[in-house]
Parts: sequence; C-alpha cells; structure tokens
Amino acid sequence: MSSYSITEPSSRQKWVAGSLVIAYAIITLLPLVWILTTGFKSPTDAIAYPPKVVFEPSLEGYVNLFTTRTRVTQEQLEALPPPATWYEEIVRDRDMVIAGPSRYGERFLNSVIIGFGSTFLSVFLGTLAAYAFSRFKVPLKDDLLFFILSTRMMPPIAVAIPIFLMFRTLGLSDTHLGMILLYTAVNISLAVWLLKGFIDEIPREYEEAALIDGYTRFQAFYKVVLPQAATGIASTAIFCLIFSWNEYAFAVLLTSGTAQTAPPFIPTIIGVGGQDWPAVAAGATLFLVPVMVFTILLRKHLLRGITFGAVRK
Amino acid sequence: MAEIVIKNLRKEFGDFTAVQSSSFKIEDGEFFMLLGPSGCGKTTTLRMIAGLELPTSGEIYIDGEEVGQRPASKRDIAFVFQMFALYPHMNVRKNISYPLVSQGMSKREVAAKVDEVTRILGIGDILDRPVGGLSGGDRQRVALGRAIVRDPKAFMMDEPLGALDAEFREHMSEELRALHDRMGATTVYVTHDQLEAMQMGDKIVVMNHGVIEQFGTPQDIYDKPATMFVAEFIGSPSMNFLRFHGQVHAGSNSVMMHHEELDVPKLQEPFEGDLVYGIRPEHISLNDSGTFRGEVMAAEYLGTTQIVTLKTSSGELKARVPSDQPVRVGEHVGLQFDGETVTLFDNQSGRALRSELNEGVLSHG
Repeated sequence: MSSYSITEPSSRQKWVAGSLVIAYAIITLLPLVWILTTGFKSPTDAIAYPPKVVFEPSLEGYVNLFTTRTRVTQEQLEALPPPATWYEEIVRDRDMVIAGPSRYGERFLNSVIIGFGSTFLSVFLGTLAAYAFSRFKVPLKDDLLFFILSTRMMPPIAVAIPIFLMFRTLGLSDTHLGMILLYTAVNISLAVWLLKGFIDEIPREYEEAALIDGYTRFQAFYKVVLPQAATGIASTAIFCLIFSWNEYAFAVLLTSGTAQTAPPFIPTIIGVGGQDWPAVAAGATLFLVPVMVFTILLRKHLLRGITFGAVRK
Repeated sequence: MAEIVIKNLRKEFGDFTAVQSSSFKIEDGEFFMLLGPSGCGKTTTLRMIAGLELPTSGEIYIDGEEVGQRPASKRDIAFVFQMFALYPHMNVRKNISYPLVSQGMSKREVAAKVDEVTRILGIGDILDRPVGGLSGGDRQRVALGRAIVRDPKAFMMDEPLGALDAEFREHMSEELRALHDRMGATTVYVTHDQLEAMQMGDKIVVMNHGVIEQFGTPQDIYDKPATMFVAEFIGSPSMNFLRFHGQVHAGSNSVMMHHEELDVPKLQEPFEGDLVYGIRPEHISLNDSGTFRGEVMAAEYLGTTQIVTLKTSSGELKARVPSDQPVRVGEHVGLQFDGETVTLFDNQSGRALRSELNEGVLSHG
C-alpha cells in the first residue's frame, strides 16, 4: 500500500461532481426512458408532435408485439361473440381480431439460447485456455496469444461473406449451433485475454498448496483457482453476453427463420399493419431486460472486475 | 516420518541450470536447512523434493522409495509457503481440514484432527474467522496447522518466517523448533538467513550457483568451512581473508606470509600458489607481544564484545575482542592468531586445503 493522502473534497466540489454525474445519467437514460414510455403509448400518441410526456398508458404496443391481427369489417365484428380477454378487447377496438401469436417469443428465446450458449462456451473455453497460457509452458505461447488477439484486429463483419459461404457449405446457416459457434469465435479472444490477466494475478502457491494437500491438478484448478477467478469470470461473461445479445449484422445475414435472434426481428415489426412504433418500443424494452438482470446480478463482480489489477499491491 | 536421500539431482530451466548435481541425505527426524543466497537453487531443490518441480535428472528417495517423477499429491509431504498460501475463500477451519478432505476422511475424524492441531498451535479462538483478516503470526500458525494436520512423511518449509517482522520472527522460530522437537518430523527448511540456519538446524546444506558448497552440522560449517564462499557467507562479521603467495608442505604447522611466520593446523596436502589465510574475528586477539601488527581503524561496540577493524600489511581485517579491552583508533597493536582454528584456501578455486582441523569434514562434504 503506497502512502498518499486524500483530502476530503469541499461541499462545492461535491456539488459540482454530483451535478455532472446527474447530467450524464440524464443524457444516457433519456433514450431508454423514451423507449420505455413509447411502449406504453397508443400509436397516435407515439407519433404526436410535440411529443406527449403525459399520456394515457395503454398496453396496445405489448399486445401487438405478441400477436398477429387481421382487419375485419364492422358486420363481421358484430357477428363475433364478445371478447373473452382484455387483450382481445384492445385489438377489437381497432376493428381487428387476433389471428395468432407473433414470432417475437420464439425470436426472444433464440436470443436467450444463442446469447447465453455462446457466453457459456466462450467463458468455459476461455478459462481453460487462459489457465493453460498463464500456468504452463506452451510452445509458441506469445505467438499464439498474439494470433488470438489478432482475430479482433478487424471488425468481425469484414469476414461476413466467407463465413456466410462456410456456413452454407457446412449446413450451419440459420441454426442455433452455427450462431453459438460464430459468437463464441468472436468472443473467445476477449475472454482469453481478459481471463489470463485475472488468472495471472492469482498466486500459484494456492494451487501448489492444493497439489501438496493431495489434490490433482484439475481439482486444484476447480476448487482453488476458479473461486479466486470468479470476479474475472463474471465480468468476462457480461462482456461476452452484451456482444452476442446485441449482435445485429451477422444475425441479419445468417439467420432468417429457426435461429433468428431478436435484434433482426424487432425492426420487421414496423412493417406489420403500418408503422407500429409502440410495438417496436415494447420489443426493445423487453429485449433489454435479460442483459440488465444479468448485469445487476453480477454487478458487484463487474465493478471489482474492470478495475482489478489496475492497482498493484 | 521419513529419511530423504537426494542423488545427483539436477534441474534445468531452458538454458539456465538451477541445480547442478546435488547429493545429500536427510536423516529421519532431522531439522535440515538449505541455506544460500537468493538464486542459489535452494528453493528449486526443496520444490523438487516436494514434487512441485520435476527434476531434469537424478533421484529422490523418500523412505527408500524413488519418487523423483511422482506428482506432489502422491508424495505425502507437507509444504509451508513463504506467503503462507492459505486458501483465501475458506475460513481457518476449512483451510486446516482441507488436506484431510482430499483423503476422504469422515467428518468426525476431521473434526477431531482439527481440534488436536488447533490445541497444539493455540489457535482455537480463530477457527471460524476468514483468513483474510488474520495477523502474520496467526496466518503462519494456520499454515503450520494445515501442514501438520495429516501427519505427513516430511515437512518442506520455504522461508516460512520471511514474511514476518523481525521481532515476531524470533518468537516464531522458537515455536517452530519446539513444534519440530515435539513431533520429531523430518523437516527441510529453506532460508537465506545464516543465523536462522545456525539457530534452528541440525544439519545445513550451503548452496551457491546451484552447487552444494558444504553439507554438515552448523558447528562443522562454521568452524571448518569447505570453501571460501561458506567461510564468507556464514558468520557475522565473516571470516577474515589474508591473501598471500607461498608454498606449503604436507605435515607443516606454519606458513610464511610476507616474512611473518603464522601458525596453521597441521597440513595434509602440499600446495604452491596464491593462498588465503582464513581466520574468524573471534580467533584474533590484540596483544602487544605479537609480531604481526596492524593499525586500528575503527571499533564497534556490541555490549560484551567489540569489533575492531584493523589495517595490516596483508589487508584489512576485523577482530572480535572483549569490550572492556581499551582500543584507540589510530594506535598500532600487535595481533595474535589462534592457529588451530585457521583454514587455508586455494585462492583460485576457493577450496579449503586439507588439514588436521577439517579432514573429517571435507571427506563427506
């Protein structure tokens, strides 16, 4: 611990710093608030000018997000039995009936499978590779590490065409496995490098103590190194998930049906029955939830994680 | 408990040879010191015995069984690390019981064992504390507890007192030695501190540049150094070296240094060339009848003794004399050397010449 003194900031300094943070928070949160409120507006309110800050909340956007609807004539509408559910009522107010569920649920599920699947795989493989690079004499270690890093030296989308052709030949186009592998390939370099840094910081003596205590190398890794690396693993997982969850370009190019994720699907909602902004906003809002929950769950680790190793003991 | 035999042990790290070719024997129940400056190969030797490094060549026998290429987990040896290496995500109790869990011992047995060990070490009150907040001494005790809890064949200790402050180190070294005496376990202890080695060890191996310089009891190593390195490394202030060119014969009892005749133990080998006359400070007395004279440069008061630095025709030397003997800086005094304690060295190789004093020691060193 180095010796230095910190003087307590004056109340004015605190006030200025506080206002800056609040201003920054407002700027970054405003688009999110916009999306959130738009999701609860009626289509008319959503495009009203000047924008309506106070409005009558409606769940129409969410109903439209999860359903497909058909327009019917007044006579047909009157011939129908009265609406059985609250969402049917909302739809009929617009002279429409529900034709069936929309694809949003499936696409959302695809995102979950592909996002968490590739995150798990990246972190799993990344941890093993990082441990090996950190602890063992690997031939050509520096070259290998550089090679792994070099995969990130251009935007992944630069190799979109070769990957598209490869996937077509291998039958991986529009499959969950294909997307998981692709996102893992993109994330693995980040995972290896981040985790190697974390594992390098864990003294070898812990494992050696475990080896001496009668545990095998793998047990020592599993029972002693992993708990120590939890912080690093958590923050790496968050970074990996954020990438694969939000990825758009590859998803548009390589998926169209079975394995389509939510990002390329959400914009297609616009086309169904006019410009349905509340439905788009509702889709985007729900899409934010998993990453937010995941990050909040791991935020304790994340905060320690991104500053870890910055200060030498 | 175990006897450990090392034969022609060698370890290379790429182009660097950490240990050249070590051979020595650690008797059952011995407190054995590996002593040397940093980078001399002592820790590498220890780690090879424990199985944390595999030797490039050579053999390690524990109780007559060759274990050189066996992994650490299969050797039944305990290791105390310099930085303790307590598992940070476990509390004291879990740390101590961890080696027992790996053996598949039942919960009741584990609890009984942990109880016994904590009683021996007096750490019952911190059992449920996380290891993070412990003081250096308590960490040390927990590390020891983790080592002794499973009755291993031998203990390896890598500068276990290095991380403690000076005052506490003294106390802990006594505690360690007492613990060893109570358990009678073979212990191999690495240190760069010659005082610690002399204080605690039954036997000492002095290493330098991956080579064993000498192997023996603390007294033999202090009184009968096999090389100039050992003579200089052990003892504070270290042995005085007076360099001269000359010739000695087997059977002679004195040497001629710059026209002065000085006593030496009866030599057993002839030598001609650059010689070094090695004498410990406490074997020099200030006596005006002495013909070998020097000028007092400084006197350092140490309580019962004082260290007097003198300038002579053969170089500077230090004498340890009673502090009540009056010494004035600048005065010329006669010096008397206790010839029986002297070691002659070959200046080129640093090797001690065989004499009546050291013959028994050098043959097995």
